[in-house]
Amino acid sequence: MPEIKIKVNQLTRVEGHGNIHLEASDGKLEKVLWEVTESPRFFEWMLKGRNYDDVSTISSRICGICSIAHTTASLQATEAAFGIKLTEQAWLLRKLLYDAELLESHVLHVLFLIAPDFLGADSVIPLVATHGDVIVMAVRMKKLAYNLAEILAGRKTHPITPIVGGWSKLPDADALRDVRERLVKCLDDAETMVAVVKSLAPMIPNFNRPTEYVALKDSKEYAFITGKIASSDGGTFPLEDYQKITNEFCVPQSSAKYTRHARASYQVGALARFNLSSEQLLPRAKKAAASLGMKAPIHNPFFISVAQAVETVHCVEDAINIIDRLLARGLHDEEVKVKPRAGRGVGIVEAPRGMLIHDYTYNDAGEIVSANCIIPTGQNHASIQHDFDALAPAILDKPVDEIRHTLEMLVRAYDPCISCSVH
Amino acid sequence: MKPKVAFFDFTSCEGCQLDALNLDVGEVLGLLGAVDIVNFREVKTDRSDDYDIAFIEGSITKESEIPRIEAIRKQAKVLVALGACACTGGVNCLKNAYTADELLKGVYGECASYYNTIPARPVSAVVPVDAYIRGCPPTTSEFLKVVKAALLGKRPDIPNYPVCTECRIAGNVCVFQRGGTCIGPVTRAGCDALCVSSGRFCWGCRGLVDDPNTNSAKDVLARYGLTLDQILERFKIYNSYSEVSQCQK
Ligand code: SF4
Ligand code: SF4
Repeated sequence: MPEIKIKVNQLTRVEGHGNIHLEASDGKLEKVLWEVTESPRFFEWMLKGRNYDDVSTISSRICGICSIAHTTASLQATEAAFGIKLTEQAWLLRKLLYDAELLESHVLHVLFLIAPDFLGADSVIPLVATHGDVIVMAVRMKKLAYNLAEILAGRKTHPITPIVGGWSKLPDADALRDVRERLVKCLDDAETMVAVVKSLAPMIPNFNRPTEYVALKDSKEYAFITGKIASSDGGTFPLEDYQKITNEFCVPQSSAKYTRHARASYQVGALARFNLSSEQLLPRAKKAAASLGMKAPIHNPFFISVAQAVETVHCVEDAINIIDRLLARGLHDEEVKVKPRAGRGVGIVEAPRGMLIHDYTYNDAGEIVSANCIIPTGQNHASIQHDFDALAPAILDKPVDEIRHTLEMLVRAYDPCISCSVH
Repeated sequence: MKPKVAFFDFTSCEGCQLDALNLDVGEVLGLLGAVDIVNFREVKTDRSDDYDIAFIEGSITKESEIPRIEAIRKQAKVLVALGACACTGGVNCLKNAYTADELLKGVYGECASYYNTIPARPVSAVVPVDAYIRGCPPTTSEFLKVVKAALLGKRPDIPNYPVCTECRIAGNVCVFQRGGTCIGPVTRAGCDALCVSSGRFCWGCRGLVDDPNTNSAKDVLARYGLTLDQILERFKIYNSYSEVSQCQK
């Protein structure tokens, strides 16, 4: 058997810089590495000394794609530290904004970044000619998510109006009514997206590696920004105990830290959420999952994108329900009062790619003394590496191009947010 | 021949690239009709080193990023800095308050030696920049405006007056009158005072106007009983690279 050497420098169609490196000879795998080469940015140090009012503004810049998730985790950490409880209205608006985040991110990932892999294209651009309808639909869905976020937060990337304790400005009720109509139409689009995924599903590599799945879990709803930490290997943990799960450590091939809990690695993200909470999906999302033949637990990491399609339906349904509740109760100006106090607060949310943790300690003046952020992709890097270790030997007999492509697809399935994971 | 366009990311959150392309279907098709996107790692696998216009996102924060940006500069006829990180250094420069050693040991502990970092700087601190698309993130409309100008070989018409001007047009009550602080008086406009209009204040993400009227800014502060120091902390969030020193002059 010939020598195989694969070196993918700066994997494409993912956020940030990562490399794939494989060497084999005589049919034996010598090395397969997932390398994270992104420059560290040191946000935890940037946050030191910052006033609580500027903290989410800075920390949302950890990631341009999931800046709403970072803003939300950041605000919840500060609110936990100061002992602030949101009003029902403020809370509903925060959840609605969160639906916009997931909707945009999942559409981008599944239809723009992943679909070209299955259709033999190098990007979404040639698909404009061959799959025009789907692309026009995807642009429409993304635009809707952007508009929903703009109505609520001033803009989608790096939101402006969500502040510690509430909102600096309320959305316009008429704008919410208009966007509701578009969301109702978007339910059909989301179901079409599920059908597209179903048509591509036979091409999903048959690869299973059972592992530990970790996500927020709530007794009342499919958890995105509520609940406790839960593990598929057993147990729930209060948010403040996240370090018992994450156990970060460094490896030389990655400028992002690795994590591990019950096993050598664990997975976070849409599939982890599906595996832990699928019975709580809203009705149409449940139907979508059934139409795809999905039944938890699923151990194939390539199914992360499929779970994202199901969650897309869920988020659209959820957004419609929340707008109905908001409109029924009417929007009322609420004064936001914040009294800083010394202490620690942990905020954890389910970013599109999984569990995102912000942990702040404040002084009396409301300035950050120390900060710790743990990013979903940081938690998934070890899982990607362990998937590589299991997958590569099984496909070594394939043509080199196919080996490379399968490994690239595996990384993309995780939708890694690499620059975010290095933060 | 359509001009060949490339996007490159350095140290950043990569939000600008994706936001720049948050276009309507018509705009997407218009853009794709006018240019050939030959290099765009975040969206596209095939790449080519033959391009005319390069959009640079992110600041320079690693030794290895310097030869990379120099090579891009050599190839590109027009080099555009996209977003605050590329234009002013953005939030990345907040880390410059610490030494590399403090940062690496502080975040990575005993593994500090695996990694490296240099003080963060805007692209123009390393190579000449032809055009700037400011903001964190920039607005889509300004992105399109600069692209169109670059295609026509013209200078884009970007405001060179402070955010205050747009803030008044938007009909906002001045943040200072509400008892807060705002960097609007010295920040370059072009965002329609988005943050103030959203019930907050300007953080200065678009950088200084060319000739900031720091005297009148100081007057504003004096009128409301504030000192420069009180607002500098906030000003540093996006402008700690060089402009703070300019402002202190
Ligand atoms: S200081 Fe700020 S709030 Fe006041 S007018 Fe200028 S930009 Fe607007
Ligand atoms: S108001 Fe200021 S901080 Fe906000 S977008 Fe405009 S320039 Fe940037």
